[in-house]
Amino acid sequence: MNCLPDWQAMLLSKHSLVVLLEKNSLITALFMVGAILWVSSVISRKLTRGRIHASAIAIFMGLALAYLGGMMTGGEKGLADVPLLAGIGLLGGSMFRDLAIVATAFGVRLQEFIATGLSGIISLMLGIFVSFLIGGLVAYAFGYRDAESITTIGAGAATYIVGPVTGTALAASSEVIALSVAAGLVKSILVMILTPFVATRIGLDNPRSALIFGGLMGTTSGVAAGLAATDEKLVPYGAMTATFYTGLGCLLGPSLIFMIVQWFV
Amino acid sequence: MVIYGTALLAFCMLVGLVIGQLLGITLGVGKNVGGVGIAMLLLIVLSDWLRRRDRLPVPTQQGVLFWSSIYIPIVVAMAASQNVVKAASGGWLALVAGVATVLACLALVPVLSRIGSNAADPTDSPPGDKA
Repeated sequence: MNCLPDWQAMLLSKHSLVVLLEKNSLITALFMVGAILWVSSVISRKLTRGRIHASAIAIFMGLALAYLGGMMTGGEKGLADVPLLAGIGLLGGSMFRDLAIVATAFGVRLQEFIATGLSGIISLMLGIFVSFLIGGLVAYAFGYRDAESITTIGAGAATYIVGPVTGTALAASSEVIALSVAAGLVKSILVMILTPFVATRIGLDNPRSALIFGGLMGTTSGVAAGLAATDEKLVPYGAMTATFYTGLGCLLGPSLIFMIVQWFV
Repeated sequence: MVIYGTALLAFCMLVGLVIGQLLGITLGVGKNVGGVGIAMLLLIVLSDWLRRRDRLPVPTQQGVLFWSSIYIPIVVAMAASQNVVKAASGGWLALVAGVATVLACLALVPVLSRIGSNAADPTDSPPGDKA
Protein backbone atom coordinates (compact mmCIF):
# COMPACT_ATOMS: atom_id res chain seq x y z
CA MET A 1 0.00 0.00 0.00
CA ASN A 2 2.70 2.40 0.99
CA CYS A 3 4.82 1.78 -2.05
CA LEU A 4 2.01 2.95 -4.39
CA PRO A 5 2.37 6.54 -5.57
CA ASP A 6 -0.18 8.99 -4.26
CA TRP A 7 -2.23 9.36 -7.45
CA GLN A 8 -4.62 11.91 -6.10
CA ALA A 9 -1.87 14.24 -5.01
CA MET A 10 -0.12 13.76 -8.32
CA LEU A 11 -3.22 14.68 -10.28
CA LEU A 12 -3.92 17.76 -8.25
CA SER A 13 -0.36 18.92 -7.85
CA LYS A 14 0.37 22.01 -9.89
CA HIS A 15 3.50 20.44 -11.33
CA SER A 16 2.06 17.27 -12.65
CA LEU A 17 -0.46 15.99 -15.09
CA VAL A 18 -2.45 19.13 -15.80
CA VAL A 19 0.68 21.17 -16.37
CA LEU A 20 2.06 18.43 -18.57
CA LEU A 21 -1.05 18.48 -20.74
CA GLU A 22 -1.08 22.28 -20.86
CA LYS A 23 2.54 22.36 -21.94
CA ASN A 24 1.77 19.96 -24.78
CA SER A 25 -1.52 21.63 -25.64
CA LEU A 26 -1.36 20.98 -29.38
CA ILE A 27 -0.81 17.27 -28.75
CA THR A 28 -3.67 17.27 -26.23
CA ALA A 29 -5.83 18.90 -28.89
CA LEU A 30 -4.90 16.30 -31.51
CA PHE A 31 -5.90 13.55 -29.10
CA MET A 32 -9.09 15.35 -28.12
CA VAL A 33 -10.18 15.86 -31.73
CA GLY A 34 -9.34 12.26 -32.53
CA ALA A 35 -11.53 11.18 -29.63
CA ILE A 36 -14.40 13.42 -30.80
CA LEU A 37 -14.20 11.95 -34.31
CA TRP A 38 -14.10 8.41 -32.97
CA VAL A 39 -17.17 8.95 -30.78
CA SER A 40 -18.91 10.59 -33.74
CA SER A 41 -18.19 7.69 -36.03
CA VAL A 42 -19.61 5.27 -33.46
CA ILE A 43 -22.74 7.44 -33.09
CA SER A 44 -23.03 7.69 -36.86
CA ARG A 45 -22.82 3.93 -37.35
CA LYS A 46 -24.75 2.69 -34.33
CA LEU A 47 -27.40 5.35 -33.75
CA THR A 48 -28.07 6.71 -37.23
CA ARG A 49 -27.00 3.63 -39.23
CA GLY A 50 -24.66 5.82 -41.26
CA ARG A 51 -27.40 8.20 -42.36
CA ILE A 52 -25.76 11.19 -40.70
CA HIS A 53 -22.12 11.72 -41.65
CA ALA A 54 -19.65 11.19 -38.81
CA SER A 55 -18.04 14.52 -39.64
CA ALA A 56 -21.40 16.32 -39.36
CA ILE A 57 -21.86 14.84 -35.88
CA ALA A 58 -18.27 15.74 -34.94
CA ILE A 59 -18.75 19.34 -36.05
CA PHE A 60 -21.99 19.56 -34.10
CA MET A 61 -20.24 18.12 -31.04
CA GLY A 62 -17.47 20.66 -31.52
CA LEU A 63 -20.01 23.49 -31.50
CA ALA A 64 -21.76 22.09 -28.42
CA LEU A 65 -18.40 21.84 -26.63
CA ALA A 66 -17.60 25.39 -27.74
CA TYR A 67 -20.82 26.51 -26.08
CA LEU A 68 -19.89 24.67 -22.87
CA GLY A 69 -16.38 26.10 -22.96
CA GLY A 70 -17.72 29.60 -23.48
CA MET A 71 -20.15 29.23 -20.58
CA MET A 72 -17.43 27.88 -18.30
CA THR A 73 -14.77 30.47 -19.06
CA GLY A 74 -16.70 33.48 -20.35
CA GLY A 75 -14.16 33.70 -23.16
CA GLU A 76 -14.58 34.15 -26.89
CA LYS A 77 -12.86 31.07 -28.25
CA GLY A 78 -15.17 28.33 -27.03
CA LEU A 79 -13.41 25.22 -25.79
CA ALA A 80 -10.02 26.77 -26.60
CA ASP A 81 -10.37 29.11 -23.62
CA VAL A 82 -10.09 26.19 -21.24
CA PRO A 83 -6.32 26.30 -20.51
CA LEU A 84 -5.97 22.56 -20.83
CA LEU A 85 -7.45 22.71 -24.33
CA ALA A 86 -5.79 25.86 -25.64
CA GLY A 87 -4.29 23.73 -28.40
CA ILE A 88 -7.77 23.40 -29.93
CA GLY A 89 -7.55 27.10 -30.72
CA LEU A 90 -4.21 26.65 -32.46
CA LEU A 91 -5.28 23.54 -34.36
CA GLY A 92 -8.60 25.10 -35.39
CA GLY A 93 -7.22 28.59 -35.90
CA SER A 94 -6.94 30.26 -39.28
CA MET A 95 -3.31 29.23 -39.82
CA PHE A 96 -3.85 25.46 -39.89
CA ARG A 97 -7.35 25.79 -41.31
CA ASP A 98 -6.13 27.74 -44.31
CA LEU A 99 -3.20 25.37 -44.86
CA ALA A 100 -5.58 22.42 -44.88
CA ILE A 101 -7.99 24.24 -47.21
CA VAL A 102 -5.17 24.97 -49.67
CA ALA A 103 -4.09 21.33 -49.45
CA THR A 104 -7.56 20.17 -50.52
CA ALA A 105 -6.95 21.84 -53.88
CA PHE A 106 -4.17 19.33 -54.57
CA GLY A 107 -5.24 17.09 -57.42
CA VAL A 108 -8.08 19.33 -58.55
CA ARG A 109 -8.07 20.12 -62.27
CA LEU A 110 -7.61 23.71 -63.29
CA GLN A 111 -10.19 23.37 -66.07
CA GLU A 112 -12.90 22.66 -63.52
CA PHE A 113 -12.29 26.04 -61.95
CA ILE A 114 -12.02 27.95 -65.20
CA ALA A 115 -15.21 26.41 -66.55
CA THR A 116 -17.16 27.70 -63.56
CA GLY A 117 -15.27 30.96 -63.17
CA LEU A 118 -18.08 33.27 -64.24
CA SER A 119 -20.76 31.67 -62.08
CA GLY A 120 -18.33 31.92 -59.19
CA ILE A 121 -18.03 35.68 -59.63
CA ILE A 122 -21.80 36.09 -60.04
CA SER A 123 -22.46 34.02 -56.93
CA LEU A 124 -20.00 36.15 -54.93
CA MET A 125 -21.64 39.41 -55.93
CA LEU A 126 -25.16 38.08 -55.45
CA GLY A 127 -24.23 36.50 -52.11
CA ILE A 128 -22.86 39.77 -50.75
CA PHE A 129 -25.78 41.89 -51.95
CA VAL A 130 -28.48 39.45 -50.79
CA SER A 131 -26.87 39.18 -47.33
CA PHE A 132 -26.70 42.96 -46.95
CA LEU A 133 -30.27 43.28 -48.24
CA ILE A 134 -31.77 40.75 -45.86
CA GLY A 135 -29.67 41.79 -42.87
CA GLY A 136 -30.59 45.41 -43.58
CA LEU A 137 -34.31 44.61 -43.89
CA VAL A 138 -34.26 42.73 -40.59
CA ALA A 139 -32.50 45.71 -38.96
CA TYR A 140 -35.20 48.00 -40.38
CA ALA A 141 -37.94 45.69 -39.11
CA PHE A 142 -36.39 45.82 -35.63
CA GLY A 143 -36.61 49.60 -35.65
CA TYR A 144 -33.25 50.80 -36.89
CA ARG A 145 -33.67 53.76 -39.21
CA ASP A 146 -30.18 55.23 -39.73
CA ALA A 147 -28.12 54.13 -42.72
CA GLU A 148 -25.04 53.39 -40.58
CA SER A 149 -26.81 50.84 -38.34
CA ILE A 150 -28.73 49.23 -41.20
CA THR A 151 -25.55 48.81 -43.27
CA THR A 152 -23.57 47.45 -40.32
CA ILE A 153 -26.16 44.82 -39.41
CA GLY A 154 -26.44 43.93 -43.10
CA ALA A 155 -22.66 43.57 -43.15
CA GLY A 156 -22.89 41.21 -40.17
CA ALA A 157 -25.32 39.09 -42.16
CA ALA A 158 -22.51 38.78 -44.73
CA THR A 159 -19.84 37.53 -42.30
CA TYR A 160 -18.87 38.26 -38.71
CA ILE A 161 -15.74 39.98 -40.01
CA VAL A 162 -17.44 42.21 -42.59
CA GLY A 163 -19.81 43.39 -39.82
CA PRO A 164 -17.30 44.99 -37.43
CA VAL A 165 -15.06 46.22 -40.27
CA THR A 166 -18.00 48.03 -41.90
CA GLY A 167 -19.37 49.21 -38.56
CA THR A 168 -16.03 50.69 -37.55
CA ALA A 169 -15.61 52.41 -40.91
CA LEU A 170 -19.09 53.95 -40.61
CA ALA A 171 -18.68 54.79 -36.89
CA ALA A 172 -21.72 52.72 -35.93
CA SER A 173 -22.51 52.27 -32.23
CA SER A 174 -20.77 49.45 -30.37
CA GLU A 175 -24.14 47.87 -29.62
CA VAL A 176 -24.91 47.64 -33.35
CA ILE A 177 -21.43 46.27 -34.08
CA ALA A 178 -21.92 43.59 -31.41
CA LEU A 179 -25.25 42.67 -33.02
CA SER A 180 -23.62 42.41 -36.43
CA VAL A 181 -20.98 40.02 -35.06
CA ALA A 182 -23.71 37.91 -33.44
CA ALA A 183 -25.70 37.78 -36.70
CA GLY A 184 -22.57 36.67 -38.57
CA LEU A 185 -21.86 33.97 -36.00
CA VAL A 186 -25.44 32.68 -36.23
CA LYS A 187 -25.03 32.51 -40.01
CA SER A 188 -21.70 30.69 -39.85
CA ILE A 189 -22.92 28.11 -37.33
CA LEU A 190 -26.16 27.59 -39.20
CA VAL A 191 -24.31 26.92 -42.45
CA MET A 192 -22.19 24.32 -40.64
CA ILE A 193 -25.22 22.50 -39.27
CA LEU A 194 -27.76 22.94 -42.07
CA THR A 195 -25.68 22.23 -45.17
CA PRO A 196 -25.53 18.42 -44.96
CA PHE A 197 -29.31 18.28 -44.45
CA VAL A 198 -30.30 20.48 -47.39
CA ALA A 199 -27.49 19.43 -49.75
CA THR A 200 -29.56 17.10 -51.93
CA ARG A 201 -32.52 19.47 -52.10
CA ILE A 202 -30.39 22.32 -53.41
CA GLY A 203 -28.40 20.09 -55.76
CA LEU A 204 -25.15 20.50 -53.86
CA ASP A 205 -23.45 17.42 -55.28
CA ASN A 206 -21.03 18.66 -57.94
CA PRO A 207 -18.04 21.02 -58.15
CA ARG A 208 -20.03 23.69 -59.97
CA SER A 209 -22.79 23.99 -57.37
CA ALA A 210 -20.19 23.82 -54.57
CA LEU A 211 -18.39 26.79 -56.11
CA ILE A 212 -21.67 28.72 -56.29
CA PHE A 213 -22.54 27.66 -52.74
CA GLY A 214 -19.21 29.02 -51.46
CA GLY A 215 -19.75 32.33 -53.18
CA LEU A 216 -23.32 32.73 -51.96
CA MET A 217 -22.63 31.77 -48.33
CA GLY A 218 -19.27 33.46 -47.99
CA THR A 219 -18.50 32.45 -44.42
CA THR A 220 -15.24 30.50 -44.79
CA SER A 221 -15.68 28.58 -41.56
CA GLY A 222 -19.33 27.81 -42.30
CA VAL A 223 -18.60 26.68 -45.85
CA ALA A 224 -15.51 24.71 -44.81
CA ALA A 225 -17.41 22.79 -42.16
CA GLY A 226 -20.70 22.52 -44.06
CA LEU A 227 -19.05 20.97 -47.11
CA ALA A 228 -16.83 18.73 -44.98
CA ALA A 229 -19.99 17.32 -43.43
CA THR A 230 -21.62 16.90 -46.84
CA ASP A 231 -18.93 15.60 -49.19
CA GLU A 232 -15.24 16.16 -48.66
CA LYS A 233 -14.59 16.22 -52.40
CA LEU A 234 -16.55 19.46 -52.73
CA VAL A 235 -14.48 21.37 -50.18
CA PRO A 236 -11.88 22.97 -52.50
CA TYR A 237 -14.55 24.39 -54.81
CA GLY A 238 -16.65 26.02 -52.12
CA ALA A 239 -13.64 27.23 -50.16
CA MET A 240 -12.15 28.83 -53.26
CA THR A 241 -14.96 31.33 -53.76
CA ALA A 242 -15.69 31.78 -50.07
CA THR A 243 -12.17 33.05 -49.39
CA PHE A 244 -12.82 36.03 -51.67
CA TYR A 245 -16.09 36.93 -49.99
CA THR A 246 -14.96 38.61 -46.78
CA GLY A 247 -12.44 40.82 -48.57
CA LEU A 248 -15.01 41.88 -51.16
CA GLY A 249 -17.62 42.45 -48.48
CA CYS A 250 -15.25 44.72 -46.55
CA LEU A 251 -14.65 46.61 -49.79
CA LEU A 252 -18.29 47.03 -50.84
CA GLY A 253 -19.94 47.43 -47.42
CA PRO A 254 -18.72 50.85 -46.28
CA SER A 255 -18.67 52.21 -49.85
CA LEU A 256 -21.14 51.19 -52.54
CA ILE A 257 -23.65 49.42 -50.30
CA PHE A 258 -23.65 52.21 -47.71
CA MET A 259 -24.38 54.69 -50.52
CA ILE A 260 -27.30 52.57 -51.74
CA VAL A 261 -28.70 52.28 -48.20
CA GLN A 262 -28.35 56.04 -47.67
CA TRP A 263 -30.28 56.63 -50.86
CA PHE A 264 -33.16 54.47 -49.61
CA VAL A 265 -33.32 55.80 -46.05
CA MET B 1 11.12 13.50 -49.47
CA VAL B 2 7.83 14.15 -47.73
CA ILE B 3 8.91 17.60 -46.58
CA TYR B 4 9.20 18.77 -50.21
CA GLY B 5 5.46 18.35 -50.58
CA THR B 6 4.70 20.17 -47.34
CA ALA B 7 7.17 22.91 -48.28
CA LEU B 8 5.47 23.26 -51.67
CA LEU B 9 2.14 23.63 -49.88
CA ALA B 10 3.59 26.19 -47.46
CA PHE B 11 5.17 28.11 -50.34
CA CYS B 12 1.85 28.32 -52.19
CA MET B 13 0.03 29.47 -49.08
CA LEU B 14 2.59 32.17 -48.30
CA VAL B 15 2.68 33.50 -51.86
CA GLY B 16 -1.12 33.48 -51.97
CA LEU B 17 -1.40 35.34 -48.68
CA VAL B 18 1.15 37.96 -49.79
CA ILE B 19 -0.75 38.56 -53.05
CA GLY B 20 -4.04 38.66 -51.14
CA GLN B 21 -2.60 41.20 -48.72
CA LEU B 22 -1.28 43.38 -51.55
CA LEU B 23 -4.69 43.15 -53.22
CA GLY B 24 -6.30 44.21 -49.94
CA ILE B 25 -3.98 47.20 -49.62
CA THR B 26 -4.55 48.20 -53.25
CA LEU B 27 -8.31 48.07 -52.78
CA GLY B 28 -8.05 49.98 -49.52
CA VAL B 29 -9.53 47.15 -47.43
CA GLY B 30 -7.75 46.25 -44.22
CA LYS B 31 -8.27 42.58 -45.04
CA ASN B 32 -6.65 39.87 -47.10
CA VAL B 33 -8.60 39.52 -50.34
CA GLY B 34 -8.71 35.94 -51.59
CA GLY B 35 -5.23 34.97 -50.42
CA VAL B 36 -6.25 31.39 -49.73
CA GLY B 37 -8.05 31.13 -53.07
CA ILE B 38 -4.98 32.41 -54.91
CA ALA B 39 -2.83 29.90 -53.00
CA MET B 40 -5.16 27.11 -54.12
CA LEU B 41 -4.86 28.14 -57.76
CA LEU B 42 -1.09 28.31 -57.40
CA LEU B 43 -0.94 24.82 -55.89
CA ILE B 44 -3.09 23.44 -58.70
CA VAL B 45 -0.90 25.02 -61.40
CA LEU B 46 2.43 24.13 -59.76
CA SER B 47 1.55 20.54 -58.94
CA ASP B 48 0.18 20.03 -62.45
CA TRP B 49 3.41 21.42 -63.92
CA LEU B 50 5.57 19.21 -61.68
CA ARG B 51 3.47 16.15 -62.43
CA ARG B 52 3.85 16.62 -66.16
CA ARG B 53 7.62 16.89 -65.79
CA ASP B 54 7.62 13.78 -63.61
CA ARG B 55 8.94 15.74 -60.65
CA LEU B 56 6.19 14.76 -58.21
CA PRO B 57 7.12 11.39 -56.66
CA VAL B 58 4.79 9.68 -54.20
CA PRO B 59 6.59 10.84 -51.01
CA THR B 60 6.30 14.46 -52.14
CA GLN B 61 2.58 13.98 -52.78
CA GLN B 62 2.17 12.50 -49.31
CA GLY B 63 3.53 15.71 -47.83
CA VAL B 64 0.53 17.55 -49.27
CA LEU B 65 -2.03 14.78 -48.91
CA PHE B 66 -1.46 14.51 -45.17
CA TRP B 67 -2.68 18.07 -44.73
CA SER B 68 -5.74 17.62 -46.90
CA SER B 69 -6.61 14.42 -45.04
CA ILE B 70 -6.30 16.19 -41.68
CA TYR B 71 -8.79 18.77 -42.94
CA ILE B 72 -11.86 17.43 -41.14
CA PRO B 73 -10.17 17.17 -37.71
CA ILE B 74 -8.99 20.75 -38.15
CA VAL B 75 -12.52 21.83 -39.01
CA VAL B 76 -13.82 20.07 -35.90
CA ALA B 77 -11.25 21.96 -33.81
CA MET B 78 -12.37 25.15 -35.56
CA ALA B 79 -16.00 24.42 -34.65
CA ALA B 80 -14.95 23.80 -31.04
CA SER B 81 -13.30 27.22 -30.86
CA GLN B 82 -16.22 29.26 -32.20
CA ASN B 83 -17.88 31.89 -30.07
CA VAL B 84 -21.16 29.96 -29.85
CA VAL B 85 -22.20 31.66 -26.62
CA LYS B 86 -22.10 35.06 -28.28
CA ALA B 87 -24.07 33.79 -31.28
CA ALA B 88 -26.71 32.45 -28.90
CA SER B 89 -26.82 35.66 -26.88
CA GLY B 90 -27.32 38.08 -29.78
CA GLY B 91 -31.06 38.06 -29.26
CA TRP B 92 -33.84 37.88 -31.82
CA LEU B 93 -32.38 40.36 -34.28
CA ALA B 94 -29.15 38.38 -34.71
CA LEU B 95 -31.04 35.11 -34.91
CA VAL B 96 -33.60 36.33 -37.45
CA ALA B 97 -30.95 38.07 -39.57
CA GLY B 98 -28.73 34.98 -39.57
CA VAL B 99 -31.48 32.47 -40.28
CA ALA B 100 -33.17 34.56 -43.00
CA THR B 101 -29.88 35.19 -44.79
CA VAL B 102 -28.84 31.55 -44.75
CA LEU B 103 -32.23 30.37 -46.03
CA ALA B 104 -32.27 32.96 -48.82
CA CYS B 105 -28.73 32.12 -49.94
CA LEU B 106 -29.38 28.37 -49.80
CA ALA B 107 -32.46 28.92 -51.96
CA LEU B 108 -30.34 30.75 -54.52
CA VAL B 109 -27.89 27.85 -54.98
CA PRO B 110 -30.10 25.84 -57.38
CA VAL B 111 -31.20 29.04 -59.15
CA LEU B 112 -27.63 30.06 -59.95
CA SER B 113 -26.61 26.49 -60.74
CA ARG B 114 -29.23 26.44 -63.49
CA ILE B 115 -28.12 29.70 -65.06
CA GLY B 116 -25.33 29.11 -67.51
CA SER B 117 -25.41 25.35 -67.36
CA ASN B 118 -26.86 24.26 -70.69
CA ALA B 119 -27.74 20.80 -69.46
CA ALA B 120 -31.38 20.98 -68.42
CA ASP B 121 -31.80 19.26 -65.12
CA PRO B 122 -35.34 18.02 -64.55
CA THR B 123 -34.62 16.98 -60.99
CA ASP B 124 -34.50 20.54 -59.71
CA SER B 125 -36.83 20.82 -56.79
CA PRO B 126 -37.90 23.99 -55.05
CA PRO B 127 -35.34 25.01 -52.43
CA GLY B 128 -36.27 23.89 -48.98
CA ASP B 129 -36.73 25.47 -45.63
CA LYS B 130 -36.13 22.15 -43.95
CA ALA B 131 -34.33 22.93 -40.74
